Amino acid sequence: MGRPRSAAPTITPVKTPLVQFQNVNFALSNANIISNLNLTVEQGETLVLLGESGCGKTTTLKLVNRLLTPTSGEVHVEGKSTTAWDPIALRRRIGYVIQEGGLFPHFTIARNVGLVPALAGWEQPRITERVRELLSLVGLDPERFAERYPRELSGGQRQRVGVARALAADPPLLLLDEPFGALDPLTRASLQREFADLTSRLGKTAILVTHDVREALILARRIGLMHKGQLLLLETPERFLASDNPQVRAYLDTLKIDDRGGKQ
Amino acid sequence: MSFWHFLQLNWPELLLLVRQHIVLVFISILVAVTIGVPVGILLTRYRALRGPVLGIANVMQTIPSLALFGFLIPLPFIGGIGSRSALVALVLYSLLPIIRNTVTGILGVEPSVREAAVAMGMTDGQVLRQVELPLAMGVIVTGIRVATVIAVGVTTIAAAVGAGGLGVYIFRGLRQYDNNLLLAGAVSAAVLALAADFFLGLIERQFSFEAKRRAGLSKIALVAGIVLVIVAGGFALWRGGESESNSAALQGRVSIGSKDFTESALLAEIMAQLLESRGVAVERRFELGGNLPHEALVNGTLDLYPEYTGTSYTAILHHAPMGDPRAVYEQVKQEYASQFKVEVSPPLGFENTFAILVRGADARKLNLKTISDAAPNTSQWRAGFGQDFMSRADGYPGFSKTYGLKFAAVREMDLSLTYIALSSRQVDLIAGNSTEGRIATLDLFQLADDRHYFPPYEAVYLVRQDSLARVPALREVLSKLAGAISTDEMRRLNYEIDGKKRDSKEVVKEWLRSRGL
Repeated sequence: MGRPRSAAPTITPVKTPLVQFQNVNFALSNANIISNLNLTVEQGETLVLLGESGCGKTTTLKLVNRLLTPTSGEVHVEGKSTTAWDPIALRRRIGYVIQEGGLFPHFTIARNVGLVPALAGWEQPRITERVRELLSLVGLDPERFAERYPRELSGGQRQRVGVARALAADPPLLLLDEPFGALDPLTRASLQREFADLTSRLGKTAILVTHDVREALILARRIGLMHKGQLLLLETPERFLASDNPQVRAYLDTLKIDDRGGKQ
Repeated sequence: MSFWHFLQLNWPELLLLVRQHIVLVFISILVAVTIGVPVGILLTRYRALRGPVLGIANVMQTIPSLALFGFLIPLPFIGGIGSRSALVALVLYSLLPIIRNTVTGILGVEPSVREAAVAMGMTDGQVLRQVELPLAMGVIVTGIRVATVIAVGVTTIAAAVGAGGLGVYIFRGLRQYDNNLLLAGAVSAAVLALAADFFLGLIERQFSFEAKRRAGLSKIALVAGIVLVIVAGGFALWRGGESESNSAALQGRVSIGSKDFTESALLAEIMAQLLESRGVAVERRFELGGNLPHEALVNGTLDLYPEYTGTSYTAILHHAPMGDPRAVYEQVKQEYASQFKVEVSPPLGFENTFAILVRGADARKLNLKTISDAAPNTSQWRAGFGQDFMSRADGYPGFSKTYGLKFAAVREMDLSLTYIALSSRQVDLIAGNSTEGRIATLDLFQLADDRHYFPPYEAVYLVRQDSLARVPALREVLSKLAGAISTDEMRRLNYEIDGKKRDSKEVVKEWLRSRGL
């Protein structure tokens, strides 16, 4: 996988969309967090939700795995409304990665990664094998890391474990909430690259939330820009870069400052 | 007697009290954990319950322990004298720290971790068992640790309701002005508290994640700690079980009570030994505070206890004080039979009335013989009275009115402390007991009640009628004791125990032998 996908002009809708938001509203004590959200996530794509804090992007993620349910409208996963799903079954089909990993401090790395398979009732040898495979996949030596505790790992290593845990039961969909947010720039860049490789190699569908426009440009097949609970636009990175939407321009300006104009 | 010597003589009894103490603490903490942790978990699930439940638990803890014991005594099933109400009170005290720490511990689990657990597809039960409880365990154990240390302290008060434990030594030490008893009780309780704190601290440390690095070693330490606590508790329970008993009546035993002062315990011991020498099994439930012996006698927990006619007449039957001993005795006998189905034994031969005491030196210097003699001096005197004297009908209000006394200050304190307060010049006049052994040893002088204010306090035994029918030996013993103890003799016996610090069982045995009983 090279740079941001050079051409993704046609996404052929072969099957039913994996995730579909239909007129979704979400309010907390009468304050609208999400307003009339319509969004479709296709199989195999990585969709990045971009926005500043409080814009509703994390809420959008939680509506997918039913940590939250819409105030009105419906979120469909694999063609079925989240409220119609058994929440436990739904969540076990969705990998979830959050900032800092959300690892269980009292579990070893192996037990953290093997959690969902264990919940699903896999046999221990199969779990052990899967854990080794996943740790290798995310670039951690199983011999060295399996029996350690999260506290003993660096931030980047914990983040890798978080990704491995999300992939453990081979879920068709991954939700990632600022997964690389708390990392230093070098670690972040290398993890982003590896993640892009990984999802394309495994054919995973992913929804990733970030406030970092560069990350969005690197990882996304499509970028959804969110502002105050609304989806302002949903475009491929190329068309995003070309957009004259003022919000988009504001984001891209931060990029110029960051890169001292190098990007363009 | 040196403290060391005291320990050598008394270590079997001390060990017994330590064991009772541990049993009380162990059972109550066990019950409190069994109730408190689930309640705490519930409160994390139902936010609306949190305020009220924690509020109630909070209030429980602010009730002074002696008062809480007092409330429990008259209650059926959970109350009464002995370990049952002590356990109930201890559990109530232990609940708050355990519930609160369970709630705090679970709510303190990092939200991202809990969210991850839910998002991984854990059920609520799995989140609780695999994530919340393990992560909250350190805080919960802290709560148990706090509760245990508090319980070790509160259990010393449980002696007042006849539950035993180290409080027995502390109360007795206060009463008899015996520092060895006080020290033995207090130091042992402190050591118990420190030991409990230390071992639970060890267990607590195993739940902090810093310790996880040393997983191998810490697991052994954890298991060892838990096993030690359980073995200690279990051993204490098992051994303690031998001295515990259920309803005395069921087992054909005679359950003998006494009030919480030396003389009452002595009279109870006399009865106990006489019955034992006749082959009757006896259960001693001595040194019960306040009106407990009466309550326990009426509800059948006790078969008998020694009492004074004047106390029954005024404090129990609520009559106005009256001077005629014969009339008081007859009235008490008749009303106890009809109201409580309790028989009053023939008088034992001595009176234990309130003795108005001053220092012997003052009496000689001011040439005081009677209370009336002393009345003019009282405006410069401080008086020290027991709680009992301050509140009862034949106590302070009528007394000061009858003699026209106006004190510079009136201090309300524990009766047993008033003697030493008087001799150490903290106060200048007290109302003690006429048979108190320390009157002679501390050189105190009893002022004569020249206006006959105090009603007669003839010593008697109060015995349940059904107990008399059940144990024929009782009646024979009671008739033998009629008129058998003079006031001088009682004072001497009291002095043997309070003054010479001798063991009451020995003193009683010796006296019975000398009297051919």
